[in-house]
Amino acid sequence: MNKLEALKVFTAAVGKDDLVVCCNGMIGRELYTTQDRPSNFYMIGSMGLGLSIGLGLALAQPRKRIFVLDGDGNVLMGMNALASVGSERPANLVHVVLDNRSHASTGGQRTISGDVKLESVASAVGYRATHRADSVESFEASLRVALVQPGPVMVLALVDGGTVKGIGRVAETPQELASRFAAEARR
Amino acid sequence: MSHGSHGSGKSYAPEFVAALKEAGFDFFAGVPCSLLKGLVSLLDADPSARYISATREDSAIGMAFGAWLGGRLPMVLMQNSGLGVSVNALASLSTMYEVPALLVISWRGEGGNDAPEHIMMGEIMLPILDLMKIQHRVLRAAEPMGPQVQWAKDVMLSTRQPAALIVPAGVLE
Repeated sequence: MNKLEALKVFTAAVGKDDLVVCCNGMIGRELYTTQDRPSNFYMIGSMGLGLSIGLGLALAQPRKRIFVLDGDGNVLMGMNALASVGSERPANLVHVVLDNRSHASTGGQRTISGDVKLESVASAVGYRATHRADSVESFEASLRVALVQPGPVMVLALVDGGTVKGIGRVAETPQELASRFAAEARR
Repeated sequence: MSHGSHGSGKSYAPEFVAALKEAGFDFFAGVPCSLLKGLVSLLDADPSARYISATREDSAIGMAFGAWLGGRLPMVLMQNSGLGVSVNALASLSTMYEVPALLVISWRGEGGNDAPEHIMMGEIMLPILDLMKIQHRVLRAAEPMGPQVQWAKDVMLSTRQPAALIVPAGVLE
């Protein structure tokens, strides 16, 4: 499956009241192009910290479901945060990883996720459940199951590398992105 | 103690924690330092604080960022070595999005008297904060803690930027 197909599956699984924290890089721009909403937070720098942000948010808003939409490069860079998630074990956190085994934003250079089973790491540090999907159908099915399991849950989807044409840039300023998201998160 | 403990040997940590709670801080995360021993042990023993023992200082800043978005008033504690780890998170996360946090940073290497690994950071810590336009104050023993904490909170709310309280030896141990 390519990343846009994966994002269509992902956005269909996100409920109206759910919050999404998206990692930096192409994924954020692709999510923004697929389905922008005020309840999406787009991290545009600070690579590797999306999961830490999602964890802080999940602890602050335990009654809301928090999705962290991550990439393999981000997960590898912030792998320590998986341990924090495994230790705090927020039941309302769903960690979705689109794994293309590359750094798409910087020209497609390889990451090491082909050698490292990220969902095994998640399982080892205390996530309550993990899933690996390699097709649109299995990604849909995995998300369906994940949404009825207590978190933290990781759903890793293997996606094709390369970039998709026609992807825009986030138009809002960082301050606008944060304030509109905070208004939704605090509702 | 590997470093000289100044002052009376009294810890102002209880007064500091009371001031934090009085000001409404309700999310606590960090990576410890021996100069912050008293503060960490009080927060960790307090079920209402739910102190998060983070693995890296930038991750603690990320957690505080998410907590603020979710409506909390967050504090992050760290040794000043952790400020080095956190520069990018502060530059491209907290300051850029205008999402504040209280940074409580110990001052290892103050005045050049410390183990060698602390000397450089002890010297450049305040200039780094100045370069990032993060306002800071130094906590001194025997000064009341309440006004310092309130100052930091006022900076956070009025500028929507992080504020830092710098902790030398002998204050929060």
